[in-house]
Amino acid sequence: MAAAGSSPAGPVLDTSAPPAGARKIADLKPDLLLTGDHNLCPGCGEPLAVRVWLEALQELGVAQDSILVLGIGCYTMFSATVDLDSVQALHGRAPSVATGVKRMRPDKVVLTLQGDGDMVNEGLQEVLHTAARGERVTCILLNNGVFGETGGHMTATSVIGQRTKSSLEGRDAEYHGYPILIGDLVARLQGAAYVARGSVHNAGAVARTKRMLRRAFETQLAGEGFSFVEVLTMCPTGWFIPTADGPDYLHDTLGEVHVMGELKVDGVVKTTEELHEENARKQREVESALERGGLDQ
Amino acid sequence: MSTTGVAAPTRRLMEGSEAIAEAAIAAGCRFFAGYPMTPFTELLETFARRLPEEGGVCINAESELEAVGMAWGALAAGARAATGSTGQGLSLMQESFSEITLAELPLVVFNMARSQGDYFQATRGGGHGDYRHIVLAPVDINEAVELTQLAFHLADRWRNPVLVYGDYLLAHVTESVLVEPLELPALPAKEWALDGTLGGSGRSRSISPLGLGKHGHEGPGIERHLRAIADKHTEIERAEQRVETAFTDDAETVVVAFGTPARFVRYAVQQLRADGEKVGFVRPISLWPFPSAAVAEACAGATAVATFELCTGQMIDDVRLAVLGAAPVVHLGGISTDGSGFGVGPLLDAEIVRDRILALHRDGPGAELPPLPLNERG
Amino acid sequence: MSTLQEIKSRGTVTIDVEACKGCELCIVACPPRVLEMSTAVNELGVRYPLLHPGCTGCAACLMVCPDFCFEVFRFDEPVVTVVEAPA
Repeated sequence: MAAAGSSPAGPVLDTSAPPAGARKIADLKPDLLLTGDHNLCPGCGEPLAVRVWLEALQELGVAQDSILVLGIGCYTMFSATVDLDSVQALHGRAPSVATGVKRMRPDKVVLTLQGDGDMVNEGLQEVLHTAARGERVTCILLNNGVFGETGGHMTATSVIGQRTKSSLEGRDAEYHGYPILIGDLVARLQGAAYVARGSVHNAGAVARTKRMLRRAFETQLAGEGFSFVEVLTMCPTGWFIPTADGPDYLHDTLGEVHVMGELKVDGVVKTTEELHEENARKQREVESALERGGLDQ
Repeated sequence: MSTTGVAAPTRRLMEGSEAIAEAAIAAGCRFFAGYPMTPFTELLETFARRLPEEGGVCINAESELEAVGMAWGALAAGARAATGSTGQGLSLMQESFSEITLAELPLVVFNMARSQGDYFQATRGGGHGDYRHIVLAPVDINEAVELTQLAFHLADRWRNPVLVYGDYLLAHVTESVLVEPLELPALPAKEWALDGTLGGSGRSRSISPLGLGKHGHEGPGIERHLRAIADKHTEIERAEQRVETAFTDDAETVVVAFGTPARFVRYAVQQLRADGEKVGFVRPISLWPFPSAAVAEACAGATAVATFELCTGQMIDDVRLAVLGAAPVVHLGGISTDGSGFGVGPLLDAEIVRDRILALHRDGPGAELPPLPLNERG
Repeated sequence: MSTLQEIKSRGTVTIDVEACKGCELCIVACPPRVLEMSTAVNELGVRYPLLHPGCTGCAACLMVCPDFCFEVFRFDEPVVTVVEAPA
């Protein structure tokens, strides 16, 4: 194993073709993605969320029973490459369109794909009312704390201190106010059955997010009510940082405010503060176990 | 209570709003979303009561913006769907109207207007970009029942929104109405509608205002898509003009009016003709496409043309364009409303209308018209 | 005198280097740290990941790659590479 900063040991191996005698355990791209080509920035976290979302749908066997409603943002380009029946909505207005689709086709899995500028700025009313009505749709929020497509401007989820093109000195509570923790607002509504917040800052988080997405779709399939998964994603372009720094920046800034975890499941509501304490406690447990000699101690 | 999707064909007393809702249901409308606003509210109330009885859905949305969004989704799923409001509420929906037109979805919209001053909003479109809605203006409840059913048919036939221009009078008058299903030509199945079944096939469907399509079966490109829609609108312009004319062959003065006030104008013209006055009457039924050729022909021999509208004069622009200087065009109408601002004002009176037409007819385009009546509360 | 070291690869990957946009997320994400950015560039003009022995087939690289460059494989028997150990 290579020490940090030095080159890994051993020769460079041939990675141009599958090796003889090896078993493929992970595909290049999900079946429901027509092509992996896209024009999103290097280091963008959104395709990571799209992968696990499509894998979850595929695994649940509902690819031929799903209808996608897209908001407007960088992720909108996936309307052309995701192999699902889809309809484009206005900025922030996918939840109302999803409502109309689901009411006319209640036996289909209806979901929205939206960004934070779309859902929490323009469309705050839509997602809250859709959740309050208990519409049996799943709203997926890709939250990178900026309006990415227009170049990186402050949204309702941007955190204090975050520099954007409309908060160049950093978001200031006095002038710009405080971020909205949309998951907490949605979880409080009786019509919301499953509310979770995931992240794609590392492979473990991606795997955890996939489980949340699955759970959200299962909630819809069981007819339990509105389901919601927020996924924190990297936007190194909108954050003015090198691509390789994206995951750490995500974890240390947005991730400290919009904390990962399940906010509402099986009728139990947790606040973001409670998730924070839970994560901090788990982190302390892991660290002390490692000090004692390993996680299996 | 009917469960076959067709309103039971018995003649009964109905308020205009109720009749319009029943006509929509008879046409197969199974989704409606709206937000209460006078004088549209009763339309929402009727749909809320009746649609569930017919296996449909009516949602009282959180605002007009979400109402049109929900209808958008229902349309995308292949249903016959509608929304509505009064002019102010439709103002909120304009961006969606533009985009729904470009997405080629068959939305039906009801404007239960507070005046005739929403003519520009309806025919020019208050939204952005190049788009057109078919606009139908019923003169009374029975015609509204027909035009409502026609609206759903035309919307599907052209894959384009259709707006029905109603008003307070239409909404609130109670008449004896028979909602008879109209015989209309059959239409092809909606292959473009989303049902999820093509997911994972490589041929999944995309409904988008830019006509983008999917990887492997892309759309024509934004420019071609927009031009194709413009071409479609040119076709609609040729095919869907509707107009009523009377006494125009030898008319010296021709009065043009639309909607419920046109009923008063038609009556006044009939009275004047009975008195030997050579006046004629034109009633555009389609406000877009405006029946320009018919208006021009009807006014061909006239020395004066007038419009009577309950507003400062908006349709008069289209009449002037149709007449193209062949005769002067004068506005005989004006702003007239009741104390609430929602309803019918004192100008909508057969004798007052008659007197204004006669003044123009006798004294010519420079005639001094009687002052507009004031409602007591101002 | 150099000593020899055995590195076991329980898995391996294929990398579509022309699809790579050079974001380097895979480098950081790889737990055994066997990916390294090249010095050569692809058609886009960016550097791309190279694989050294020691892959475990965990697929972390695939999960964090925004451009769908990876496929991941596992061997039934680990492949052993003998290298000179660092002094």
